[in-house]
Amino acid sequence: MLQIADLHVRVDGKEILKGVDLEVSAGEVHAIMGPNGSGKSTLAHVLAGREGYEVTRGEVRYEGRDLLALAAEERACAGVFLAFQYPVELPGVNNTYFLRAALNAMRRHRGEEEISAMAFMKLVRERLRVLHMDQALLKRPVNVGFSGGEKKRNEIFQMAVLEPRLAILDETDSGLDIDALRDVASGVNALRSAERAMVLVTHYQRLLSHVAPDFVHVLNDGRIVKSGDHKLALHLEEYGYAGVGEEAALS
Amino acid sequence: MNVSPAVAPYLESFRERRPALPGGSLPWLRQIREAAIAQFRDRGFPGPRDEDWKYTRTAPLERQPFRAATGDPEDAADADVARCAGRVPAGCCRLVFVDGRLSRAHSAFEDPGDGVVVTAMRDALERPPEALRRHFGRYAGREGFPFAALNTAFADDGAFIHLQRRASTPHPVHLLFLSTGREPDVVSHPRVLVIAEVASRALVVEHYAGVGAGSRCFNNAVTEVVLESGACVEHYKVQLEGESTYHIASIEVQQAENSHFTSHLTSLGGRLVRHDINVRMAAPHARCDLQGLYLASGRQHMDFHTRIDHLEPGCTSNEVYKGVLDGRARGVFNGRVLVHPDAQKSDAHQANDNLLLSPHVEIDTKPQLEIHADDVKCSHGATVGQLDESMLFYLRARGIEERSARALLTFGFLEQMLETVPISWLRESLEHGIAGRLPGAADLPGLGDREEATS
Ligand SMILES: Nc1ncnc2c1ncn2[C@@H]1O[C@H](COP(=O)(O)OP(=O)(O)O)[C@@H](O)[C@H]1O
Ligand SMILES: [Mg+2]
Repeated sequence: MLQIADLHVRVDGKEILKGVDLEVSAGEVHAIMGPNGSGKSTLAHVLAGREGYEVTRGEVRYEGRDLLALAAEERACAGVFLAFQYPVELPGVNNTYFLRAALNAMRRHRGEEEISAMAFMKLVRERLRVLHMDQALLKRPVNVGFSGGEKKRNEIFQMAVLEPRLAILDETDSGLDIDALRDVASGVNALRSAERAMVLVTHYQRLLSHVAPDFVHVLNDGRIVKSGDHKLALHLEEYGYAGVGEEAALS
Repeated sequence: MNVSPAVAPYLESFRERRPALPGGSLPWLRQIREAAIAQFRDRGFPGPRDEDWKYTRTAPLERQPFRAATGDPEDAADADVARCAGRVPAGCCRLVFVDGRLSRAHSAFEDPGDGVVVTAMRDALERPPEALRRHFGRYAGREGFPFAALNTAFADDGAFIHLQRRASTPHPVHLLFLSTGREPDVVSHPRVLVIAEVASRALVVEHYAGVGAGSRCFNNAVTEVVLESGACVEHYKVQLEGESTYHIASIEVQQAENSHFTSHLTSLGGRLVRHDINVRMAAPHARCDLQGLYLASGRQHMDFHTRIDHLEPGCTSNEVYKGVLDGRARGVFNGRVLVHPDAQKSDAHQANDNLLLSPHVEIDTKPQLEIHADDVKCSHGATVGQLDESMLFYLRARGIEERSARALLTFGFLEQMLETVPISWLRESLEHGIAGRLPGAADLPGLGDREEATS
């Protein structure tokens, strides 16, 4: 589904990603871990199509297409979803309206009819239930005045409604209390399927104990320095990132 | 005396129409009108040396004299009135004016509430109640604003709203001023006087709309609002005329102790638009909130001048204006807050935020605080900016194409000023009005349709 090859990215003239290689197939869940500043969000943003990132080398293919050639909205319509590490507040933009506009944009893109108001509300209520999200949040402007946990829940809620094929979650677990973490995890698990792939960017192994990843990668200084299975996450939890890079350099 | 060629036709028209103006036989009213036309004659249209009119040139108004409409106001099409009125619920007291004159057929003088009198200004001037006589023309017509004087001289219709002690309007009183554009160069001088006696509560919607593209017209409006102690008046003004309309208006407010005045102004229409709002908090513990939103595009010119006088201790004022400028539009915001020497414990806040959507727009914003007391809490500020890149990316990352994302964020910027509007039909028609004027909103069906958004 997703092939990243030798991806080099610069931001403001500074090289942040220094040759990332990653393959993600449908049905898989990948975790990307790594210390602060290692380039995890940069990778997530480049995949989602944020401007201001200069790809100096390498390529990214998504379902056989050159992902980097698509505009952000085209990627979203093609099924790529980014759950933001810092969800953006949109004053005056109604949460429900926003979500419906997003869903309809994707449906139009697929040549489908717009969803009726009733069908939409039914879908929304169903998805809310899984996340234990307060329905009142729907009537508010997007993320405005939401607590940290509510913002992250809202990201997962959007994912649940939009049903992407490739979901990239950028530290969705950071700053969540136990209950919120469990809800987010069950939102993610509910969406796991054979047609769908997920990339979980995380700092901690917490989320991974709820959402078992098929692969774990360590990103350090702009490179994936180690890949393994779930046990790698446990190892990192215990021993930290120190040493992981050197070990890779030696091997 | 030398009278400018732009002024002369108005003097002549005044001489002609004087006997037929409402209340023409009343000496006190005649005196007020004579004084007003004299003031206009002496002052003329604002010139380039008028500091208050530095950015707003009225030359296009002066080129051709405007005159009163001759058509029958009852001839306005029902469909036009209905379309402009918005979804006003039954039971609302509504006065409809067509090119400045009341149309009885289109109006609904429903019971406005116990102790509330709503009269067409023409009728009120013909048989003026004592309260009208006491207040009419007392607040409007400051130096430097010759248009109010012109209105006073010619005022022949509008509304007189009088709330007795403790009375309240169960529904908003809706004043709809339609400009038909069916005759060329029509001027109207809408006049509104609201008197809210002790502890009364009034909700008034003053609504200007254009029926079609039509020919040039000039709406020269004056509103006076008097709040006795403990009174509460919410004044909503909606200004949505077509692109060949000149709209110049002033709202003059006089506040007594513990009264609360709210002005909510939405300005979306017109070619050359100027709103002046002057609030005098003349007794302790009065409060006023001035809220405004504007969206100007094409070659629209919109100018907002507000002045709030804190004359006595313990008064609070809060002013927020948000505007969007697109195309080659021009915006002016000039907000003065004066805290007088006796006005200790004043609380005054003022903000003007502008969103610029095109490199060809121009905005002059000048919030001004003049403080002559020492124990006060005051703040003011202005911002001028573009749409936020991270917000745009957030929307695009959800599949919404850039043009629509811009429209949605622009809508949101203005929508923030509507969130507190308690009259749902009004909020809805304003949301529709804004959505309908945003380029890119075409791909956002139902934008501004609150029912659909949250049902
Ligand atoms: N807009 C930017 N301009 C300059 N440097 C940036 C910018 N965004 C990120 N960086 C830098 O890129 C590096 C990687 O950042 P980021 O991808 O956010 O890391 P992570 O998500 O792994 O914590 C950091 O050193 C950060 O300071
Ligand atoms: Mg990050």
